[in-house]
Amino acid sequence: MLVYLLRRIAQSIFVALAMMVIVFFGIYMIGNPIDILISPDATPREIEETMARFGFDQPIYIQFFTFVGNALQGDLGRSFVHGESAVTLILHYMPATLELAALGLIFSVLIGVPLGVYAGYKADKWQGRAIMTGSIFGFSLPNFWVGMLLILIFAVELRWLPSTGRGDTVDVFGIRLSIFSENGLQYMILPALTLALYKASLVTRLARAGTQEALVQDYVKFARAKGVSETRILFVHVLKNIMIPIVTVLGLELGSMIAFAVVTETVFAWPGMGKLLIDSILTLDRPVIVAYLMMTVLIFIVINLVVDIFYTLLDPRVRVTGGTS
Amino acid sequence: MSVLEVRNLQTHFFTDAGVVKAVDGVDFTLDEGEVLGLVGESGSGKSVTGFSILRLVDAPGRVVGGQILFRGQDLAQLSEPEMRRMRGNRIAMIFQDPMMTLNPVLRIDTQMIEAVRAHERVSAKAARDRAISALAKVGIPSPAERLEAYPHQFSGGMRQRVAIAISLLNGPDLIVADEPTTALDVTIQSQILAEVQGLAKETGTSMIWITHDLAVVAGLADRVAVMYAGRIVETGATDQVLTQPGHPYSIGLLGSIPGHGHRGQRLAQIPGMAPNMARLPEGCAFAPRCFRAQDQCRQNAPQITEPAPGQHLRCHFPVLEREALS
Amino acid sequence: MTETSIPQTAQHPVRDRMLWPAIGVVCLATIALALGPDWASLPARIVLFLAGVALAAQLLKGRSRQFFNGPMAYAATGSLVLLVILALFANEISPQNPYDLRQLDIMDGRLPPGATNFDGSFTYHLGTDEQGRDILSGILYGLRVSLSVAIVATLIAMAIGVVVGIYAAWAGGRIESILMRLVDLQLSFPSILVALMLMAAFGRGLDKVVIALIIVQWAYYARTVRGTALSETRKEYIDAARGLGLPVRKIIFRHLLPNCIPPLLVISTVQIANTIVLESSLSFLGVGVPVTQPSLGLLIANGYDYMLSGQYWMSMYPGVALLAIVASINLVGDRLRDTLNPRLRK
Repeated sequence: MLVYLLRRIAQSIFVALAMMVIVFFGIYMIGNPIDILISPDATPREIEETMARFGFDQPIYIQFFTFVGNALQGDLGRSFVHGESAVTLILHYMPATLELAALGLIFSVLIGVPLGVYAGYKADKWQGRAIMTGSIFGFSLPNFWVGMLLILIFAVELRWLPSTGRGDTVDVFGIRLSIFSENGLQYMILPALTLALYKASLVTRLARAGTQEALVQDYVKFARAKGVSETRILFVHVLKNIMIPIVTVLGLELGSMIAFAVVTETVFAWPGMGKLLIDSILTLDRPVIVAYLMMTVLIFIVINLVVDIFYTLLDPRVRVTGGTS
Repeated sequence: MSVLEVRNLQTHFFTDAGVVKAVDGVDFTLDEGEVLGLVGESGSGKSVTGFSILRLVDAPGRVVGGQILFRGQDLAQLSEPEMRRMRGNRIAMIFQDPMMTLNPVLRIDTQMIEAVRAHERVSAKAARDRAISALAKVGIPSPAERLEAYPHQFSGGMRQRVAIAISLLNGPDLIVADEPTTALDVTIQSQILAEVQGLAKETGTSMIWITHDLAVVAGLADRVAVMYAGRIVETGATDQVLTQPGHPYSIGLLGSIPGHGHRGQRLAQIPGMAPNMARLPEGCAFAPRCFRAQDQCRQNAPQITEPAPGQHLRCHFPVLEREALS
Repeated sequence: MTETSIPQTAQHPVRDRMLWPAIGVVCLATIALALGPDWASLPARIVLFLAGVALAAQLLKGRSRQFFNGPMAYAATGSLVLLVILALFANEISPQNPYDLRQLDIMDGRLPPGATNFDGSFTYHLGTDEQGRDILSGILYGLRVSLSVAIVATLIAMAIGVVVGIYAAWAGGRIESILMRLVDLQLSFPSILVALMLMAAFGRGLDKVVIALIIVQWAYYARTVRGTALSETRKEYIDAARGLGLPVRKIIFRHLLPNCIPPLLVISTVQIANTIVLESSLSFLGVGVPVTQPSLGLLIANGYDYMLSGQYWMSMYPGVALLAIVASINLVGDRLRDTLNPRLRK
C-alpha cells in the first residue's frame, strides 16, 4: 500500500513538472506583455527598463529556469493588471470556485444516483427509457445555455432566486464562503445546478449501468430470498456496490468541474477563479493565467490521489489486498 | 400434515427462441420435518422448481400454472408484499455458489441483521445476538468477531456456513437448498452435509435438497424425487429409489455413480444428450435415450402410476422387479 | 491475393466495399466546402448532401430495423436531416443575408418575434438583434458555421488519431508507450481548459478554432483506435491474413482499419456534438469564432445582455437551435452505438 502510494506521488510530481514546461512555453506565445505594461507612447528606454525589470530581455531558457525556481518557492509572478502576486490573487478567488464545484458535485449525485438506480431497476420499462433519453438531453445542453435558461426561469420570470453575483459570505478559518449563509446559498443554487447538469447525466448513466449489472447478481437474489424489501435492496445492496465506480469517476470529474466553472462563472458573474481566468485571458494577464494553470494542475493531482485513497477505503477487497488491480 | 404441497407447477421461460418449459407439471409433497432430495441432471428444472417455490424466477421466466400450497396457503396467489414476508422467514433458501451469494461490500453483520429485521421489529442488539448464535450453530469459531468481517475474508466453505446461518435466522418451516455443496471441495462438502443433517434433525425443519449427486442424497434425504426435462419421473423413499429404482432414467443415473457397480466394471452412462428444452420430443421426453422405449413412449406422455405404496413413477414400462437389472 | 481466400469463419464484420469510397467523398467534400470561398457553389453542396445520404444508407443497410427502434430514433434522425439541410442551403433558404449590411436596417433593431419592417414587406418571424438582423437568418448561417467547424475539426482529428493509434499499436514497445503517455497526459485535462488556453494563444478566428478543436480531440481517437487495433490484432482473421503472407500495408487497410470503423463512427458522431458545444462555449466566452462569422454560441452571447431585460429571443432561439442540433446528433449517436456495437448490447 505504501509503495503504491509513493509510486503514485512520484508519478504526480512528474506530471506537475511536465505541465510546468508546457504551461511556460505555451503561455510564452500569448501576446507581448510589454503592450499591457507600458503605455504606447513610452520611450524606448522605458521599454528596455521594464523588460529588464521583468526579465524579458533574458534568453528564454534563463527565463524558464527563473520561472521554475520561483515557482518552487510558491511565486508565480505578479499580475500585470492587479499588481498583486498572482498566487495570492488565485488563492483569493479559489474558495468561491471550489465551493461552487463542491455543491455542483453534491447536486449531480443527488440528481443522478436516484434517477440512474431507478432507470436501471426499470431498464426495459418506459420509465427507464425516458430517463435515458433525458440524460442524452442533459449531455446535449451547453453549460452556458443551461445557465441562461435557469436565470430566465427562476430569476427573471419566477423571481425565486437571485440571478448573478455571490451574496453574503461567512468567514470559515479566514476563508470567505457562501455555502454556510442562507443568502449566499441562494446565490449558489443556480450556478451549482448549471454546473451539475452535465455530471448528473453522467452519473445517471453510470448508476443505471451499475444497477443493471448488480441486479442480476446472486447476492441480490439472495437478499430477496431473505425477504429484504426492494427498496433496501436497491439503496443498500445495489447502491453500495455501484458507489465505487461512481465516486471514482466523480472524483476525477471534480477537476473538469472546476474547469467548466469558467463558463458557468462567466454566465452568473460569480467571482471565482474561472471568471478571473477569462478576464486575464481577455487582458493578456500572463502571470495570472500561468498561476491559474499551475494551481489547477496541482488541484487535479491532489484530487487524483485522494480519489485513489478513497477508492481503497470504499472497496474492502482492495483495502486488504493493497493496491488496485 | 404436509408442509408443502406442489401441484402441477409450471414455470416457463419466454425467450426469443421460443417458450422453454423448464418446469412442466411438477407434483410433490413434503411432510413436517422431512428432507426431500430433488435430483436430476443440469437443465432438468430442479433449480427452477426451487426458485419457483420462493417465486424468485428471473425474467424471462414466470410461474404460469399450478399451486404451491405452503401449509395450505397457495404461494402462487400471494401478493408480492405477502410473499416477501414469507421469504427468509417461513421459507428460506441456500444458494449454490457461496462466493456469489453474499454481498461483497457489506459486512456479515449488516447482511444478517437485515435478514432478521426484515421480518421482526427487534432491536439491532437482539438481532445481532441472534446472528451470533446462528453463526455458532453452524460451527463458525468466535462468531462475535467474525460478524464484523467482510465476505471476502471467509473461505468458500465458511461463506456457505454463513449462508446457512442466515437461512436459519428466523427459524423457517422450510429450507430450499439449491446444490449448496456443489461448488465446495469434497472434504468441506461432507463436513457441511454432516452439519446440515444435524441441524435439520435438531430443528425439525423441512428441507428440499436440490442436487445432481445421488451420493449426497443417500445420507441426507428421507425421500427422493428424480426430475427429467421439467417433470418428476420418480419419487419414493430414499432407500427404495437408490436400491430399486423403477424409472429407466433413475436406473441410468444410479449407474453413472462410481462405486455402485463392481470394481473394474465400466461406468454405465445414459446414452445421448440432455434434451433441448425448447424442442422436447412428443410423448415421453426420455424416450430417445431410453433402453426400454417402445412406440407408445414416442406417442403418448406417460401418466403417474403408483406401483407400490409411496413409489410414484411416470413411465409406460417401469422396471418393477429386479428383472432386467444385474 | 484476393479477399475470398480468407476462410469463411474469419470474416471481419464490415465488408461493404462501398463504405470506403463513400467515406472518402464525404470527408473530401466537407473539407473542400468548408475551406472554399463562401461555402462554394450550390451543385457542390448538393453533391455533398447526396454523398452523405448515400453513406448513411450504406451504413444502415440491413440494420435499419435495429436502428429505428422507436419514435425517438425517427424524430432525432428527422430533425438531424432537416437541420443539416438548413445549414447546407442556408444561402438559398434564409430570408435575408444577415451579413450583407445593405440588407440590414438599424431602425428594425431588437424587434420581437413576428414584427415586420417599416412597410410590412418583411416579417421577422423570430425577431431581430440590436442591428436589425433577422434572427432566423442569423440562426441558419450560424448553424452552418457551428456544424462545419465541428465536422471539419472532428474529421481531421480523427485522421490524426487513426494514424497515431494504428502506428502505436503496430509499432508497440517504446514508441507505443511514449505516444500513449502523451495521449493520457492530454486527456487528463478537461478539453475546455486546453481549448481555452490554445485560443488565448492563437487569438480569435475560424481557422484557429478548428486547429484548437483538432488538438483537443485527436487523443480520444488515438486511444480508441489503438485499443480496437490491439484487440483486433489478436483475432483470428488477422492471423489468417498474416498467414497468407499479406503485406503489412494491406493488412492495415483491408482488415485492421475496417474494423476500427464502427467504434470510430460512434465516437465521432458524439464527438461532433461535443465539439459543437465546445466551440459554442469558446465563442460565448469571446475567444472563439470572429464576429463576422458568428456561430450559434456567439449569437447567444450577443443576445445575452438583453436577456435579463426580457428581450429573450436574441439568445433563446439560437439556443434552441443549438440544443436541437446537439441533441439530435447525440440521439442518433446513441442509436448508432446500439446498432453498430453488438458487443455493447445486452
